[in-house]
Amino acid sequence: MSASPPHPESVGVEVRDLRKNFGWLKVLQGVSFQVRPGELFVIMGPSGSGKSVLLKHIIGLMTPDSGEILIEGEPIQDSGVRDKYRMAMVFQSGALLTSLTVGENVGLYLSEHQLKPPNEIAAIVARALETVGLKGLEERSPGELSGGMQKRVAIARALVVEPQLVLFDEPTSELDPLMAVTIGEEIVKLNKNTGATSIVVTHDRDLAFAIAGRVAMINEGRIILIGTPEQVRRSADPRVQKFIGAELATPKTN
Amino acid sequence: MFQNIGEILILFWRTLQALPQVWRERQKVFAQLFDIGNASLLMVCVLSFFIGGVLALQTGPVLVERGISSVLGGMIGLSMCKELAPVMIAILTAGRIGSAMSAEIGSMRVYEEIDALRTLNIDPVRYLVLPRMVAIALAVPVLVLFSIPVGWMGGALVCEFNRKIAVGFHSYFENLREVVELGDVLNGLFKSFVFALTIGIISCHQGLSTRGGPRGIGRSVTKAVVNSIVLILILDYFLTRFLLYIKK
Repeated sequence: MSASPPHPESVGVEVRDLRKNFGWLKVLQGVSFQVRPGELFVIMGPSGSGKSVLLKHIIGLMTPDSGEILIEGEPIQDSGVRDKYRMAMVFQSGALLTSLTVGENVGLYLSEHQLKPPNEIAAIVARALETVGLKGLEERSPGELSGGMQKRVAIARALVVEPQLVLFDEPTSELDPLMAVTIGEEIVKLNKNTGATSIVVTHDRDLAFAIAGRVAMINEGRIILIGTPEQVRRSADPRVQKFIGAELATPKTN
Repeated sequence: MFQNIGEILILFWRTLQALPQVWRERQKVFAQLFDIGNASLLMVCVLSFFIGGVLALQTGPVLVERGISSVLGGMIGLSMCKELAPVMIAILTAGRIGSAMSAEIGSMRVYEEIDALRTLNIDPVRYLVLPRMVAIALAVPVLVLFSIPVGWMGGALVCEFNRKIAVGFHSYFENLREVVELGDVLNGLFKSFVFALTIGIISCHQGLSTRGGPRGIGRSVTKAVVNSIVLILILDYFLTRFLLYIKK
């Protein structure tokens, strides 16, 4: 897939020699890469390779032991950077607030920052839910929705922010293949329509190769390869080939 | 322990800093107030009634034997408003409300809802802690205000109808009026306000510090309740000394 044209408001991200330990466990061991404005960048790797921790560092939810994350050249930990750039994250679990309705969740950013009057927020929420195929579910509680629907609500919540940078944590985990395709399409649509720089972490090879402009392969806390999906497929690195070529081989029973 | 104390003080300071935005959060404050009142009012009345009653039952016969049963009203009146109502209601609140607060915030922490708030640039202290702190600081003194007269009534009924005591309503309330001053009630309300802030900040801090899954939530709830109760009893001693000192 070709990279989206850079949007005038989208932001570039640079990760420099990021290191993070949890006690004796070395989770990130000197991760460095750059994401261009408007790019759809996928970080792919096996479970436990440090993908989600990396994503939480990028949006400032975690502080690294060393190294830095720059958003348009400014460290994310600097005061004011989070206010200056509109950023959103779609969590693996959806992370919808269970005490609120679906509509309140989607409109939370606008209502809490008092950016629009309530009737306008309602209209924006309705549009965002329609975009992700969940029209008319404003009054439902998140608990009444399936996992896939919750993830789409989370995408709608991110849409409402009109983000310059949007992060997706394992967007297709726990979903059936059809729903995974839908979510993949939503991510591409969001990237194309808004031009927001998008970073997706996943262990889903199909998703990564289908949507990515570039793919970074992470293994044991280190980036081992960055390239287009085609370059990653053709890589001779045995760790990459082992991951992308892994298949279940069980003897057939009669 | 010192790290926890430091974190609690920082959280309290950040809550105070967020206080000017309380009007924005008024709907959450009202919802919390309703929850606290709804969960506690009946229990407070039942608890206070029986505390007043048992106080009369324990002390009445002894005072009757010594011929000073006329002081029963004042004694129960003072005990209820200066000690028993604020302390018992605070303990009840720690069990019912503090546990609910730490469980709710803890579960939001575990299931990444608080992280989601932060990614939306919403301050969890303003969104979650401030409304709960304001609501509990308002609700507990009001509950104590209910508790005091109900406790007096419990004592009065036992004094009137227990044959070994047999102090009538009139004599009981006359002595109570003579002894109990407005300052004594305010004394109890002040204590309950401090206890409420203590329960609120400890419970919110425990919720925000929750790690792990459901087990972590359970641990946070237990810690919130136990730490609140221990601190209430310790603070009660020092507050009593302080209030006695300023009365001199």
